[in-house]
Amino acid sequence: MNRTPVSSDTPSPAVPRPAPAPRPGLSDRTVAWLFVAPTLFLLLAINIFPLLWNIYLSFTNYKANAPNRPLRWLGLRNYERLLSNEDIWASMQVTARFVFWSILLQVVLGFALAWLLNRRFRGHGFWTTVIVVPMMLSPAVVGVFWTYLFQPQAGIFNYIVNFFYDFGDFTMIGDPDLAMWAIVLVDTWMWTPFVMLICLAGLRAIPEYLYEAAEVDGASSWRQFWTITVPLVLPFLMLAVLFRGIENFKMFDMVVELTSGGPGSATELASIYLKREAFEKWRTGFSAALAVVLFVTVFGVANIYVKLLNRVKER
Amino acid sequence: MRRTFLTSMALSMGLAAGVAQAQEKSLTLCWAAWDPANALTELSRDFTARTGIAMNFEFVPWTSFADRFLNELNSRGKLCDLMIGDSQWLGLAAENGHYVKLNDFFEKEGIDINDFLPATVYNYSTWPKGSPNYWALPAMGDALAWVYRKDWFARPELREAFRKEYGRELAPPRTWDELMEVAKFFTGREIDGKVRYGVAIYTERGSEGITMGVTSALYPWGFRYQDPEQPYRMEGFVNSPEAVEALEAYKALYECCTPPGHSDAYMVANLDAYKSGQVAMQMNWFAFFPGILKDEQVGEVSGFFVNPRQNEEASVLGGQGISVVSYSDKKDLALQYIKWFAQPEVQQKWWALGGYSAHRAVLEAPDFPESAPFAGDFLEAMSNVRDFWQEPEYAELLQAMQRRIHDYVVADKGTAKEALDKLIQDWTEIFEDAGKL
Amino acid sequence: MSALDQARSIVEPTPFSRRLAAVVILVYALVSSIPLAWIVATSFKTPSDAIAYPPKLVFTPSLEGYVNLFTARTRQTPEYLASLPPPETWYEELVRKRNMVITGPSRFAGRYANSLIIGFGSTFFAVFLGTLAAYAFSRFRIPLKEDLLFFILSTRMFPPIAVAIPVYLMYRQLGLTDTQLGMIILYTAVNLSLSVWLLKGFIDEIPKEYEEAAMVDGYSRLQAFRKVVLPQAAAGIAATAIFCLIFAWNEYAFALLLTSGLAQTAPPFIPNIIGEGGLDWPAVAAGTTLFLLPVMIFTIILRRHLLRGITFGALRR
Repeated sequence: MNRTPVSSDTPSPAVPRPAPAPRPGLSDRTVAWLFVAPTLFLLLAINIFPLLWNIYLSFTNYKANAPNRPLRWLGLRNYERLLSNEDIWASMQVTARFVFWSILLQVVLGFALAWLLNRRFRGHGFWTTVIVVPMMLSPAVVGVFWTYLFQPQAGIFNYIVNFFYDFGDFTMIGDPDLAMWAIVLVDTWMWTPFVMLICLAGLRAIPEYLYEAAEVDGASSWRQFWTITVPLVLPFLMLAVLFRGIENFKMFDMVVELTSGGPGSATELASIYLKREAFEKWRTGFSAALAVVLFVTVFGVANIYVKLLNRVKER
Repeated sequence: MRRTFLTSMALSMGLAAGVAQAQEKSLTLCWAAWDPANALTELSRDFTARTGIAMNFEFVPWTSFADRFLNELNSRGKLCDLMIGDSQWLGLAAENGHYVKLNDFFEKEGIDINDFLPATVYNYSTWPKGSPNYWALPAMGDALAWVYRKDWFARPELREAFRKEYGRELAPPRTWDELMEVAKFFTGREIDGKVRYGVAIYTERGSEGITMGVTSALYPWGFRYQDPEQPYRMEGFVNSPEAVEALEAYKALYECCTPPGHSDAYMVANLDAYKSGQVAMQMNWFAFFPGILKDEQVGEVSGFFVNPRQNEEASVLGGQGISVVSYSDKKDLALQYIKWFAQPEVQQKWWALGGYSAHRAVLEAPDFPESAPFAGDFLEAMSNVRDFWQEPEYAELLQAMQRRIHDYVVADKGTAKEALDKLIQDWTEIFEDAGKL
Repeated sequence: MSALDQARSIVEPTPFSRRLAAVVILVYALVSSIPLAWIVATSFKTPSDAIAYPPKLVFTPSLEGYVNLFTARTRQTPEYLASLPPPETWYEELVRKRNMVITGPSRFAGRYANSLIIGFGSTFFAVFLGTLAAYAFSRFRIPLKEDLLFFILSTRMFPPIAVAIPVYLMYRQLGLTDTQLGMIILYTAVNLSLSVWLLKGFIDEIPKEYEEAAMVDGYSRLQAFRKVVLPQAAAGIAATAIFCLIFAWNEYAFALLLTSGLAQTAPPFIPNIIGEGGLDWPAVAAGTTLFLLPVMIFTIILRRHLLRGITFGALRR
C-alpha cells in the first residue's frame, strides 16, 4: 500500500531567507504545461485519435485491403451483425472461461505460495527470484516453446505426466477438450508469481500486533486466518485479480503461438478472433465495431471493479 | 553511459547483419520457406553471375506466408521487389494494384506466354480467369499427391495379410475407397517393433492446411464451387450429396488412421510423420518430392502416386507465379529477373535443381517422364488440377472454409451437411458484401 | 496461558513449519524451472536428438542449434561437398557434417539488433517524457489531474489488436509501416502509461523540501528539477527504464502486424525458424535462450523493485 513520503527533518543547509525575489526562469505554470504536453500529445495521437477513428470505421464497410472501394455508411449494421454472430459469442465464452480458470488457479496457488514464503525461511529471497522468472519472458516465445513441450512424442510434458500415472496417448494442444487446459496451465505457470508477489506484499503489510492481540484473546490460528489475514489481504488479491483479468481478457501472443486458437475454435480468444477478422479477412469496419465493443466491455468492467476495490480498501 | 555502450553494440550488430540493406544493385525476392526456395537460391546465382545484381531472399514458413505477405502488400511495403505469391492471390493483387501487369513487358521482350503449360497460365497468371491479362509468370507448378513406403508395400507378410483381408493385391490406391482400405490396414500394425499408422493428412487450422487436404477428397467426388450457369450460386453444389460423402470420408480417414496428435498438421508435420516412420502414406505437395528422395532415412524406399479418383480424376492445384511488386523502387531490375527466369535453359536447370518448371520445353520433352520417379505423376496431376476460389475475397472465403471444416473434422461439431450449409451461409455473406450477390 | 503455547503461530513460525514451507517452495521452484531448463538444454542438442522419442535426458551437447540460428544453409550432394575446399571454421565444419553449406548469415542477428534499437529507443523516450510528466503531476496542481492520470492508465486496457487496426491504417498513410521509427513511436506511447505511473510514485517519495530550498536559493524551477530532483530519482528512473525495456523487448502483437523484413523484432521471428522439416527446435531454443538472457539479468537487478513495477506503482514493498 502507499506509504506516506518521509518528510525530512531539516531542509538543505540553513540559509538566511531574503525577501522572496521573483524566481528566474520559466514560471511553474509554463513548466507544468511544458512537461505534460508532449506526453498528452503522444497519447492523444496514438491512443485517442485511433480510438475515434475506430469508432468512425465501425459504422462503415471499409476494408483495408481494398481501400479504393466506394465507402458505404452502414449505420449500426456492423453492431447488429456482431450481436447476432454466434461465432463471436462462442469466442467471448472461450475468453470468459479462460479468464475464470486461469485467475482462479493463479489466485489459489499464488496465495498459497505467498503464505509459505512469508515463513521467511533461509534462502527465500533466492527462491523467490527463481519462481519469478517465467513472468518476465515474452509470452509469444513462451507459447512456441510450450508447443514443443506439449508434443505427444518428443515433448517432456507427456513423458513426465505419464511417469506418474499412465494416461496413454493424449495431446494437450491437439485435443479440443484439453486445449483450454493447456493454455490455462501455461498462463498459470507464467503468472502465478505475479499474484504471489502481490499477496506477499499484502501479508507482509499486516501488522504483527493484530495477531498477537488475537492470540492473547485466545483465538485459534484458523480463526486468526479468517478474521485478520483474509480481510487484510483481500484488497491486494483484488488488485491482482484486476491486473490479471485485464491482461487475460486482452490475451493474444501466447495463445496464438501455442494453439492458433485451435483445435477448431476451442481456444479462439476474442483477440484472436479480432485479428482474424481485421488482418486476415480484412473486414476492417466490422472488426472496428468488435474492437469498440471489447474496449467498452473491459473499460466498463474495470471501472466498476476499481470502485469496488476502493470500497474494500476503505473498510 | 550504459545506454550508449549498448546502443553502439546494437548498431554494430545491425551493421554486420545489414548486408541485405546495401543499396547497390540488389533485389529482394519474397517466397515461402521450403525446399524449392533453397533450389531457387541456388539457381539465382546464375542470374547474379550474368547481370551483377545481387539477390536477397525473404523466406517465410507456409503457416505465416499468406498472413505476412498479404499484410506486406496491403501496407504497400517496399521490402519485396519480386513476389512469388500464391495462385489464389491473383484476384486481389490484380484488382488492388499490388502486381505490375506484365503484358507490355512480355511483348517488348518477346516472351511468349504460350511457352508455358496452358493450365499453369490459366491458374498462375491470368486475372480475370482465362483473359489475356497476365500478372505473373508461371514459376512453380505444383499439385497435391501422395508418397508411400515402397518397402513396406513390398513385404511378403504384409502382402499376404492384405490379400487375405481385402482380396486384392497391396498396391498404391487408385480410388479413395482403396485409400481407406490401405490406410486402415496399416493403422495399428506393428512393423519392425513399432506401431505404425496409415496416413498423414492435412489438418492445419491457421492458414490453409485443412482446406487443401479436404479438397483433395472433394474434387474426386465431383465437388463444384458454384453453378456453372449462374456464378456464386452455391446451394446444391457446395452441399451436394457427393460433397457430403467426400467430407465424411475425409473425417473418417482422419479419425481412423492418423497418428495421435495429428490435429493441426500441414506440410512439415506430414513430412516429419513420414520420415520418422510413423505412417505408411502421406499427402503432400510435389514440391517436396525431390527432397524426400534425397532424405537419409526414407529416400530409397519412397514411391509416389497421384491423388486417387472416386467419381472423377482430380488433383488439388498448388503452385505459384512470379510477379513484380508495384510498390518496389527497382521494377526494371525485377523485370530483368523475370526475363532471365523465362529462358528455356534456365527453366531446364530449375527442374534439375528441384523446382517445378511450368515451361513446355521442359514438360513436353520426350524424356521428361523418366527424369524423376514422380515426373509422370506430375504431368498426370497437372492435366486435371482444380483450384480454390481466386476471387479478390479469397482470404475471407478461405478462412470461412478453414473454420467450418476444422470444426467438423477435428473438433466434432455437427454433421458434414451442417458444416457445408454453414459454409454456404458464410460465403454468401462474403459475396453479398462484395456486391456480387 | 494455553493460547500462547499453541505450536502453530502466525507471527512466529516454528522451525518445523519453516522447513515445511521451504520444502514446498523448493519443489514448486524446481518444477516451475523445468520447462525453461529443458529449453536451454534443447538449445544444445542436435536436431535429431531434439525430436527423439522418448525425450532424451542424457545427450551429447552440440552447438548446432546456435550455428543454425545464425546461418542460412542449403543442402548439397556429397559430390559437390567433396569438390569444395576444406572448411575453415569450426561452424562450417559442423554444418558440412550434415551435408550442408553455409550460404550467409541468417536474419536473426538483424532481428535481435532491431529489438535492441527499438527497445532502447522507445525506452529512452518513454522515460524521458514520463519523468517530465510525472514530475509535473507530482508537484503541480494540474486541472483534472486525477482524471488525466486515470486516462493515462486506461490506455493500457486497450487490446493491442484493437489499437493496431487504426494504427496500421495511420502508419500506412504516413509510410511508417515496417520502420524502426514507427515502432519506437508506438512503443513509447504504449509505455508512457507505465513510466508515468511508476515515476510519479518514485518522485512522490522525494520530499519537496529539497527543491523548494534550492529555489529559495535562487534556482529556477527547471534548474531545481535538474540538479536536485533528478539525481535523487535516478534509481527510480533506472528501474522504470528497465521495466519499459522489458515490455518493448517482449512485445509481439504490434511487431507481428506492423513490421516485416526491415524492422521486425525477435519475438515474431523466433517461432518461425524453419529447419529441414518443421521448426528447427535447437535453433528456436537457442534463439529463445539468447533472447531471454538480458531479461533474466534484468530480473535479478530489479529484484527489489519487481512488485512496484508489475503493479504500475500501486504497491511498494
